[in-house]
Amino acid sequence: MSEIILKIDGKEVRAEEGMTVLEAARSAGIEIPTLCHHDKLEPFGACRLCIVEVQERGRKKLVVACVFLAADGLVVTTRSEKIDRIRKMIIELLLAHAPDSFKLRQLAEEYGADRNRFEKEASFCIHCGLCVRYCAEVKQKYAVGFIDRGIRKEISFIPEIAAKECPDCKECFPLCPTSYLQAAFVLTESLAFPSS
Amino acid sequence: MDKERVDQIIDRHQAEASSLIQVLLDIQSENNWLPKEALERVSQRLDVPLARIQHIATFYKAFSLVPKGRHGIHICMGTACHVRGATRILSKVRELTGINPGETDLDLKFSLETVNCLGCCALGPVVEIDGKTYGKMTTAETEEVLKSYE
Amino acid sequence: MARFNSPEELEKFRQDLLSKRDPNAPCISVCAGAGCLASGAREVINAFEQEIEKQNLAASVETKGTGCPGFCERGPVVVIYPEQICYLQVTPEDVPEIVSTTIVGKKVVERLLYEDPNTGEKAAHESDIPFYSNQERTIISNNIKINSKSIDDYLALGGYSALAKALFRMSDVEVLEEVKKSNLRGRGGAGFPAGIKWEGSRNAPDKTKYVIVNADEGDPGAFMDRALLEGNPHSILEGLIIGGYAIGAREGYIYVRQEYPLAVENVTLAIEQAEQYGLLGENILGSGFDFVVKVHRGAGAFVCGESTALMTALEGRVGEPRPKYIRSNIKGLWNRPSVLNNVETWANVPLIINKGADWFTSIGTEGSKGTKIFSLVGKINNTGLVEVPMGITLRDIIYKIGGGIPGGRKFKAVQTGGPSGGCIPEQMLDLQVGFDELTKAGSMMGSGGMIVMDEDTCMVDVARYFIEFLTDESCGKCVPCREGLRQMLKILTDITQGKGKEGDIELLEELSETAIEASLCALGKSAPNPFLSTLRYFRDEYEAHIKEKRCPALSCRELVSYYIDPEKCKACGICLRKCPVDAIDGGKKKIHIIDQEKCTKCGTCFEVCPDRFGAVTKISGRPVPEPVAEEDRIIRKSKTK
Repeated sequence: MSEIILKIDGKEVRAEEGMTVLEAARSAGIEIPTLCHHDKLEPFGACRLCIVEVQERGRKKLVVACVFLAADGLVVTTRSEKIDRIRKMIIELLLAHAPDSFKLRQLAEEYGADRNRFEKEASFCIHCGLCVRYCAEVKQKYAVGFIDRGIRKEISFIPEIAAKECPDCKECFPLCPTSYLQAAFVLTESLAFPSS
Repeated sequence: MDKERVDQIIDRHQAEASSLIQVLLDIQSENNWLPKEALERVSQRLDVPLARIQHIATFYKAFSLVPKGRHGIHICMGTACHVRGATRILSKVRELTGINPGETDLDLKFSLETVNCLGCCALGPVVEIDGKTYGKMTTAETEEVLKSYE
Repeated sequence: MARFNSPEELEKFRQDLLSKRDPNAPCISVCAGAGCLASGAREVINAFEQEIEKQNLAASVETKGTGCPGFCERGPVVVIYPEQICYLQVTPEDVPEIVSTTIVGKKVVERLLYEDPNTGEKAAHESDIPFYSNQERTIISNNIKINSKSIDDYLALGGYSALAKALFRMSDVEVLEEVKKSNLRGRGGAGFPAGIKWEGSRNAPDKTKYVIVNADEGDPGAFMDRALLEGNPHSILEGLIIGGYAIGAREGYIYVRQEYPLAVENVTLAIEQAEQYGLLGENILGSGFDFVVKVHRGAGAFVCGESTALMTALEGRVGEPRPKYIRSNIKGLWNRPSVLNNVETWANVPLIINKGADWFTSIGTEGSKGTKIFSLVGKINNTGLVEVPMGITLRDIIYKIGGGIPGGRKFKAVQTGGPSGGCIPEQMLDLQVGFDELTKAGSMMGSGGMIVMDEDTCMVDVARYFIEFLTDESCGKCVPCREGLRQMLKILTDITQGKGKEGDIELLEELSETAIEASLCALGKSAPNPFLSTLRYFRDEYEAHIKEKRCPALSCRELVSYYIDPEKCKACGICLRKCPVDAIDGGKKKIHIIDQEKCTKCGTCFEVCPDRFGAVTKISGRPVPEPVAEEDRIIRKSKTK
């Protein structure tokens, strides 16, 4: 793995080829906010919170740091008026679903997001995908998955598998930023688990 | 749908995981819906987790996880049909059948779906029932056409 | 069935075919595309076959169902060869007369000919009909000449000669260079130069590469690819094989949406036929080049038209797009170099190889070469598919070819580019059609859907319609798209229902910025376009909806009231009878009045009031006039006519 040198917020950062911008930044102590990222999971690139501006070959563009590969000579900006504006909007859009999420409220404070910008939505799932991906990639049980698409997308437990695997596991529970996961599990348990 | 038939369909696609969508399309087209047992068999033989199959079966509009009615009504809501008044046709059909898009009536007579463009834009508004395409529909004609189905 | 082991064998077969076909023998070509079939073309074909049989002409007259020639408004379309007499809106009842008069009698049936709506002049030949004569039909003109289920028809027209030329008289690099030189830009939406895409894949180190046909034509209102794939599947196949040769791919995929069963059927058949003739498979025409093609059906998801989502679907997964930080022509299907192009792009390839890049670049403008097929639909007289050279003005397409707006209504806007595009208003009708020109105007070329709108179309509702479409079709993975569109739909719906408020437009603009800058894929990034372009050109409509609760187009249900003009009502009683909620009060010779409390604004009364009275009117933005007094409701016989 060869070494590469990039610039993040004016600071020179040494990283290994193959690292993402997020990994490179973290290795240098530079914080970039994330929601759907987890060190044990493949990068997902869904929340878009880690959006940063990169400049390569003289052209600037916005990319998500958790997926974009660090490269030699890359120039990265992690905060700017535009970036902050976009992050604020993302947080506000998610607060409409989960206004009481501790993680979201922390982010809201940092970016001046208004909890009440949008009317409260019925579902408090924010689709970070941590539960689904953890169960698939780490536990390889696939007890919970996504269903449907667009604004109707939701998470759903497979009752037969969940009944068998979840009671002794529940490792995904602490990952959920909104506790929607626990609520969904309890509902599935009461409605659909074969009675033991 | 019996296990044998499902297996035949899977074999036709060499039980390859990448053919999952094609397998499900074949089952859907023969059986008119995807029963859970069929999905479990596909999961087993293609070695794809049921959670993934469930996502695919709900993500793609061609699939139904519940039995459908005898007659499938598809109303085109493409832009050309929209501009020619498809919304009014949809309202009329909802009124006459009592169901919303995605639903089947209690007698299992009609299932209603909206479709985002059937490609017959010159004939808009277009309604398709059981593979038969009705073009240049008006609300009055809609009533006539629906009455003709048992 | 012969298997061609060399280009010479192919040519010999072609010459034999042509020598056996008498160009002067009568041939009845009936369009058998999905549109005409829905209008009864199958019954017309059967009627011809029966009548020909009946008149003992089966030995000398051929009847065939062909590909779509594009004049969909006037289908079923029948062209009689060799004279090329074109009959429109033919019914089975017309058939005996056509056979007797034209096939036997060599005379035309006047009433079935095209008639110019202004001059009344009739046109007997396809080439005299303004709809056709103003087009440049390099690709689609073959459709009416071939039976889509016959490979021989395609061969008779010179089919697969481009493939033979590419394999035997050009190196793979030369083929690539020719496509690059032609400046062929993708016809699927983005308009990326095909040659450069191909070059990237060709130069990628991976040995396994793929070429893919994107036939997931999802833009509502666009059906060009359907006509091409259904009508002339071999032309697409030929282009694909040539592409495979140019980049070094040995496997091709054709991703067809399952909503096009006839296209799936015809292209699957075409593949079988090509395999039998040795034009697909191992050692094509003895060249040493192996190539196979598989058909993959889509399962109903607009997002799968996006190239990375399509590849994910080919892998058997949900159609979730991937970031394009590493382009898919380098890492695409199964992470291998993959060239994905639209059906129409592939259809251009054999023509470029046969006629040369110089021929191709002689058509079109500086930045946009060649022709483009548009589906001209909506509020237009001549609905159908039109193939025009790049650089033609929108005005010419809509008026010269399209025949203008029906019902004497006024043109308002033309929408191009589907849900990623925008609306172009009247003042920009002299815009020359091309990729960059349309983008500069706030829209985009897209796949070719061209939806014409008139004064009765509400532009706020158009924006709402497209956003609603995308909230359903979005894969739902990323926040700016899923959540952004969710909120945009709410606000736009509120505006069309009279619940719009100050600040809505600004919020919509902010949500648009987030979607454009931060979405994962092009669906999200272009989703705000219909809103932004209608705001740009029709801001007054937004403001009327929000500030005055008025819909200028008199279209938005909640903002429109129906009112019977007492001066015009003749108490015919039709609206009263047809009203589904009995909201109309009236009687014989008694002026009818709509009870606004009961009225559900379904619009039936407006539809059924006889044209000669035109008594039902729509009002928006002001209160409905008070009903006339009871005694004034009696219609007395007027003394003067």
